[in-house]
Amino acid sequence: MQWETVIGLEVHVQLSTQSKIFSGSSIAFGAEPNTQANAVDLAMPGTLPVANEQAFHKAIMFGLAIDAAIEKKSAFERKNYFYPDLPKGYQTTQLEKPIVGPGHIDIEVGENSTVKRIRIHHAHLEEDAGKSLHEDFHGMSGIDLNRAGTPLIEIVSEPDMSSSEEAIKFLKKVHGIVTYLGISDGDMSQGSLRCDANVSVRPVGEKKLGTRAEIKNLNSFRFIEKAIHIEVARQIELIEDGGTVVQETRLYDSEKNETRSMRSKEEANDYRYFPCPDLLPVVIEDSVIEALRKKIPELPEAKLQRFQSEYALSYYDASLLTELRSVADYFETTTKTCADAKLSANWIIGDLSAFLNKQGIPIEHSPVSANQLADLITRIKDQTISGKIAKQVFEAMCNGEGSADEIIESKGLKQLSDGGAIEAMVDDVIAKSAAQVEQYQAAEPDKQKKLLGYFVGQVMKASKGKANPGQVNKILAEKLAK
Amino acid sequence: MSITPDEIIATAKLAKLQVDDKDISEVTERISAILELVDQMQAIDTSEIQPMANVLDAVQYLRPDTIVEPDNKILRRDQFQQIAPATDEGLYLVPKVIE
Repeated sequence: MQWETVIGLEVHVQLSTQSKIFSGSSIAFGAEPNTQANAVDLAMPGTLPVANEQAFHKAIMFGLAIDAAIEKKSAFERKNYFYPDLPKGYQTTQLEKPIVGPGHIDIEVGENSTVKRIRIHHAHLEEDAGKSLHEDFHGMSGIDLNRAGTPLIEIVSEPDMSSSEEAIKFLKKVHGIVTYLGISDGDMSQGSLRCDANVSVRPVGEKKLGTRAEIKNLNSFRFIEKAIHIEVARQIELIEDGGTVVQETRLYDSEKNETRSMRSKEEANDYRYFPCPDLLPVVIEDSVIEALRKKIPELPEAKLQRFQSEYALSYYDASLLTELRSVADYFETTTKTCADAKLSANWIIGDLSAFLNKQGIPIEHSPVSANQLADLITRIKDQTISGKIAKQVFEAMCNGEGSADEIIESKGLKQLSDGGAIEAMVDDVIAKSAAQVEQYQAAEPDKQKKLLGYFVGQVMKASKGKANPGQVNKILAEKLAK
Repeated sequence: MSITPDEIIATAKLAKLQVDDKDISEVTERISAILELVDQMQAIDTSEIQPMANVLDAVQYLRPDTIVEPDNKILRRDQFQQIAPATDEGLYLVPKVIE
């Protein structure tokens, strides 16, 4: 039987506020345990939450970016469950009136990059829980509540994705939108963006959705892809063997590459949601929404289009350059300074990315700034150095040896464009290569082109790579024609 | 609407409340009485009334996003942890929880 996969995602995005959603504690990552957990975060009796304005503003910006309706009077509910990293015994979240209503995010699928629209059911504000550490603390678990109360938006998609590839594309879009908006750092390694996947299968052509399993704890693109693959395979095998899929929460174990049941169906959680009496409805004025709308920057989608039309870049190059706002900004600065979009794109996608990936540093911390790279490109364009020598200069720039001009000067890498000097080298090479000269002159014109490469190589070698390749080619062709 | 003893047991379990077997029938009766009161209220026609999320006719004040913290965060943490049954290296310790 042919099976079809159906995936819906719940994406949790940590908002980059200074303080928590309901208290003044810092949300900075990596502090000493429990030093960012005050009386409100610890749920001490008598404390009351006060909502953070910026958390709302950031959520609204996300809503505007996905073309969603903003709920002008939203409210909070309590989701009740007991777990040690949830001191209040409930998570303050939104159910009936989430701040962001239905919207959509488009992804490109297939070889022709056909646009597929993924509907967003809603996005709501909520607080994160603390962290449980299960290493050995005398046979107990350790609880760090620094993260408790960190503002999150949970973005809930409709079950519109039909493969792990689509799920990854969707997540990358979400990542692009939230980082472009500057509402989250999107750092998956620190848990700033993580997701649960609702996965089900059904026979191709079947309209009714199959029973879904919810896979929790997916915090990297690679794990999400693997977890969906393995879960789909499990469900298909189960059904084909005559079994039925049970609606349940499953945990992905990256070490064993398997999903396993977290809670049995009998104990399925009943969260007993009810409106939070400690928090009043939040009213958002139109003027606030309009002011936030003005703050929305150019989003990845629009930038991708513009990079193709304004800079004549290919879809492939433009998509690589617009995936991260930091890379797009770097590219635009470089291009403005050196006035060569294609060379800028090649250098950023090629040598610069390779270097940064190898060192594991983000482009914002690149040792070679956008303007410094532009200066290097300018030297290629004005023929001070060849493209090949430029790689050597770039390497030295990465090592902090100075600007392009300083390195070219100090290492004596300036391209040799002195016709007389090149001519002398050409004469020398021709004199030493009698056999090759004979072969060249006897060859058909189209073969000659190939044979010319040998001479060019010899001259470049003699000049230590510094001879202007254009001039070398020209002079050689003239001399050999005689 | 009434509630069954089984639902009382399930609800008590979710709320981590201990209800003795001998009290189940009485608790069931009393909670059923509350639910009957709710039924009476449900009978009222509220189709013209806007639902409300809070009994107070007011809106939430939103605070500016600024960090408010004690000068000595370690000291404050240690003060909070004095009432905790067990702590280690700044962590609260609880019976092992693993799913």
